[in-house]
Amino acid sequence: MTTQAETHTQIAAEVAGLKVNALQDGSGPNIVVLHHSTGSPGWIPFYDHLAENHTVTVLDMPGYGQSERPTWARHPRDIAIMLHSAIHKMGIDTDAHMLGMGFGGWVAAELASMHLHGLDSLILVGAAGVQPEEGEIADVIFYEFEEYVKLGFSSDEAYAEVFGDEAAPELKELWDFSREMTARLTWKPWMFNRQLPHLLSEVETPTLLLWGENDRVVPLGVAEVYNASLPNSQIQVLDGLGHLVELENPQAAADAVSSFIAGL
Amino acid sequence: MFIGYFTERPYQDFESGWVGATGREIEDLGMTNGDYDPRIGAELYNRYLDEKVYAEEMGFDGLMLNEHHSTPFCMGGVMNVEAAILARITKRAKIVLLGNVLPIWEDPLWLAEELAEIDMISRGRLVTGWVRGTGRESVAHNSQAPFNWERFQEAHDFVVKAWSTPGPFRWEGEHYQYRYVNPWARPYQEPHPQIWIPGVMSRNTVKWCAEHRYPYVMLATEIEPTKQSFQYYDEVAQENGYEASTEHHGYLFKVHVDETEELAEEAGRKYISGPANPFLEGNQGTVRSNLQNLPGLTSRTQLLPTVSTFAAAARGRQAERDAALAEQEAEQDKVDADAFGTYEEQVNKYSIITGTPDTVIPKIRHVLEELRPGNIFFWDGDGAMNHEDAMRSLRLFGEEVIPAVREMGKELDLKGAFEVDTQTGAPLSGD
Repeated sequence: MTTQAETHTQIAAEVAGLKVNALQDGSGPNIVVLHHSTGSPGWIPFYDHLAENHTVTVLDMPGYGQSERPTWARHPRDIAIMLHSAIHKMGIDTDAHMLGMGFGGWVAAELASMHLHGLDSLILVGAAGVQPEEGEIADVIFYEFEEYVKLGFSSDEAYAEVFGDEAAPELKELWDFSREMTARLTWKPWMFNRQLPHLLSEVETPTLLLWGENDRVVPLGVAEVYNASLPNSQIQVLDGLGHLVELENPQAAADAVSSFIAGL
Repeated sequence: MFIGYFTERPYQDFESGWVGATGREIEDLGMTNGDYDPRIGAELYNRYLDEKVYAEEMGFDGLMLNEHHSTPFCMGGVMNVEAAILARITKRAKIVLLGNVLPIWEDPLWLAEELAEIDMISRGRLVTGWVRGTGRESVAHNSQAPFNWERFQEAHDFVVKAWSTPGPFRWEGEHYQYRYVNPWARPYQEPHPQIWIPGVMSRNTVKWCAEHRYPYVMLATEIEPTKQSFQYYDEVAQENGYEASTEHHGYLFKVHVDETEELAEEAGRKYISGPANPFLEGNQGTVRSNLQNLPGLTSRTQLLPTVSTFAAAARGRQAERDAALAEQEAEQDKVDADAFGTYEEQVNKYSIITGTPDTVIPKIRHVLEELRPGNIFFWDGDGAMNHEDAMRSLRLFGEEVIPAVREMGKELDLKGAFEVDTQTGAPLSGD
């Protein structure tokens, strides 16, 4: 948990005149990671587990963290198009598995819809992006941003185990900074794209829909819509976990990803 | 000196317990309109219009309206409707809108048409004013907060052009697009009604306002920060090659006049009870800060510092937790201080002025000497004040206070925006 950013390789690409930044470690087939709407908190234990057998590249999506803001971007699809180019320039767009979490899952799904034959697999973890038949994707606007992150865990105790009772100022800054970019990219409708299910019907990439059993941010109904739209997908539910499965139980989340990839 | 009258037009339901009787909480965007009684609404809209008509009779120069959404402290969600009625039922006073929430308009051409109609019906008595709105307004009308300031500026530019440039023309902007701008309604005033900008402390807005030479009306802020904002306005004015003066400065403050000191205190205390503006200190409502500070409403455009935040979190967790708790406690102390016992404090610092004409007039003079605004608004009849409270005060304003304040204005040389052209500095012939 105390792993330093400096021990990982920083890589960058320029897309549309803007720097896109990423951290990279491990060796083997590529896993490209897209973070949540709250931004990338750096290198987390989940990535160490994945890096045991893979080259893991964790992008700061454009406008988040160390990646420059495309002030003109208005939709997650704009970000997906930029990242499509970024991963090509970084040389990680082939022999690659794309893993997106939450809002990053939405971007990953958009990217998969335009990179139809380039990905070995798609892994959507508690992904936003489509409208559930019942319920709603939680709206950060109605929460203090720390409360919103808490909602990502199955319980307040699980949150406290990762972040303490009160998160560090650096994290709060990250969350506050990130939600501004998110609000530039999704607002009406909130956190989904009505066109996406139609486009996903062309995506034959093997897809894992990995959800925490107690996800209070993105309801399991979203996974069901993804599953109905994608021709080659499966749902796996992790018992007892919330939205942020990779923080709440990194080993279980990494095991699920690894065994999915191993079974391809 | 321009002297206006203002009340925020709270939704007052004395049976609901919202004024304290049952302790029901007034929480911002936390109440259901299932509790809204249109019969009470009907009485109140008519009451507030009647009071405006009487305010004109009592000699006020301006009748000020404001706009908020989905909240009981202000019934002016569609203040343009009230303004249109006032345009027809009053004869002389300016109708001052402070202001329409520009960024939440999806179709500002419709706003340009409405305001032009109001200006015509009133035969040129409209003063327009525009605001960015709070987070509440962006939530209520689902306007994308990070683009609030851009939309404000673009909608302003668009409306002014729609008023002052013969159509048809095309507008392909960043946030607004029109293929045919040619409204069959133009403002009565040439080139368009005066534009005044109300606000509190936003330097962005003060700067923009001074660059446009629009009067800036500070809304019930304390004396010292108000002075600082006016100074900042004046600095920006100098940078833009002109000297700002009293006509560029406006101030709204709470003044209630009554027949006796006892009645005055009784009514004065009502400012901060009931469904009064929960932004203001001492009031009973609860503001939800996450709704006010929406993402991007104040932009953070810089990159984050390069840190491994997750690692930092793990390192500093305990120390940060302790520090954060201490900070929370300090914040709570401040909230407690604001919430209790502040009527007297507010009276002491001139945030609430209440009394008989004899005691009120010197206090108004103090405020005018300190701030030197050429345009003022007395804020009255609010919170839990009823119609009788409002009418007693209006009568005494007319009989004693307004004449005295006009004399002060002359003596202190406080010229308003209808005496000196804020755009050119040239004298105006009056209304």
